[in-house]
Amino acid sequence: MSQRGRVERQVDGATGVPAVLLVPAALAVAFLVLPLVALLIRAPWSTLGSLLAEPAVRQALRLSLISASLATLISLVVGVPLAWVLARSQLRGRTILRALVTVPLVLPPVVGGVALFFALGRRGVVGGPLYDATGVSFPFTTSAVVLAETFVAMPFLIITVEGALRAADRRYEDAAATLGASRATTFRRVTLPLVAPGIAAGAVLCWARALGEFGATITFAGNFPGTTRTMPLAVYLALESDPEAAIALSLVMLAVSLFTLMFLRDRWLMRT
Amino acid sequence: MRRISLLATTVLLLALVGCGDDEQTANDQTGSGSGSATASEDTLTGALTVFAAASLTDVFTSLGEQFEAEHPDVTVVDNFNFAGSSTLAEGIVQAAPADVFASASPTTMQTVVDAGLNAEEPTIFVQNTLQIAVPAGNPAGVTGLEDFTNPELTIALCAEDVPCGTAAIKVFEAAGLTPQPDTLESDVRAALTKVELGEVDAALVYKTDVLVSGDAVEGIDFPESADAVNDYLITTLTDAPNPDAAAAWVEFVLSEVGLAAFEEAGFQLP
Repeated sequence: MSQRGRVERQVDGATGVPAVLLVPAALAVAFLVLPLVALLIRAPWSTLGSLLAEPAVRQALRLSLISASLATLISLVVGVPLAWVLARSQLRGRTILRALVTVPLVLPPVVGGVALFFALGRRGVVGGPLYDATGVSFPFTTSAVVLAETFVAMPFLIITVEGALRAADRRYEDAAATLGASRATTFRRVTLPLVAPGIAAGAVLCWARALGEFGATITFAGNFPGTTRTMPLAVYLALESDPEAAIALSLVMLAVSLFTLMFLRDRWLMRT
Repeated sequence: MRRISLLATTVLLLALVGCGDDEQTANDQTGSGSGSATASEDTLTGALTVFAAASLTDVFTSLGEQFEAEHPDVTVVDNFNFAGSSTLAEGIVQAAPADVFASASPTTMQTVVDAGLNAEEPTIFVQNTLQIAVPAGNPAGVTGLEDFTNPELTIALCAEDVPCGTAAIKVFEAAGLTPQPDTLESDVRAALTKVELGEVDAALVYKTDVLVSGDAVEGIDFPESADAVNDYLITTLTDAPNPDAAAAWVEFVLSEVGLAAFEEAGFQLP
């Protein structure tokens, strides 16, 4: 129903875009899409199929999808509550807190990887005692990939959800509270559904960033086929020896991520 | 001894002053450098763009400072482009305006040769060998190449796509060993960082890299390293914007002074 309404509105107003916006918007599209088109032109189409069939490529792709999804899941579980704290709580020092959690956005990812070593490596602040006590260490494992991706990608989710929470109409929450709902119930039954599109958008951003994550991953998790070599790492290494294969690999990753995002989007639209 | 070096410096300074004057005159008379054999040293001017493998950074930078002292009108130190050899080769093929290319492997140099962009036959000027790098104090007690087969240890090797990885594979094949790496690093620097941080017990990197990383890393020689000697090649390029300075730079690198600087940094001479 809502989908049909949207389509009709588009048809009504031809494009419905004022000329003032159309020109810069078209420029933005050209700028963003041109490198992709160039990539498509340079792509070795004939080898694309055989590349997908290669076990090493499928392995890297699978690892990428799983680790990016896990990173997004972790980000959702702890990031959405943090976004709420940043947007709604009366906590003192929220500004500083917000600046701190967005540090990974400005930190060069490779530096982020080194910082993760300092924190969670086997000689790290937390990782050191853990390793001495249990013999468990994160670096060079798949969990390190997920941690690195979460570190870099979670801020995207937090910022997006916080924005959605600030924009959401608080009167619904007030009404729920007046009607006797507890704060937890209000959050679960009113706030969450209200900002669901924001959470979805944040999750998509987070997932996409995690999927493309390179610097922190190759630093903190290393690079080994099957355990830590995600698609971006495979692309980077292929660039060293076989640039054509690197282009093909990046196209495979692009196709899979676009497909996943569009598929998920359709799902969401159907549900809401 | 000191007196001799003082004398040498004075002579050098006088020569430099002389060079400057000559050039002034030459420029006044002909309007531009002729590039003839006798005057070529005097007429070098402008930017000299050298694309060089990342492992050459330290030696090339110090040689560049000496080169600039000898040719005051040439700027080379600010125009170095240090990166992975394959990245640089790709850039040159994509028509990056470079005068000289110094690669860390024959295969990357071949990319440029295949594109017909080398102005002369590339020369092997130095060689590098592998060394075992361990964190200071060698906490895991690594003694030789056999330790790389121990799955208990955390081991970093270079990926086979990069030169140090290709060399590592050769070494292990020659030794008849199957290594058990935990990570295959994208370049030597990345592998060394992990050793410096103590996150891996051992890595196989170039001797020169161990030398520059200072106290945090210890190097262990092993006999099998002789099986994987890595050649560094240098050439001037056909599309060089500054061909005279390019030729002079290659000559300087291959001179006794140049090669001595490489030996000091841990490179071998071919």
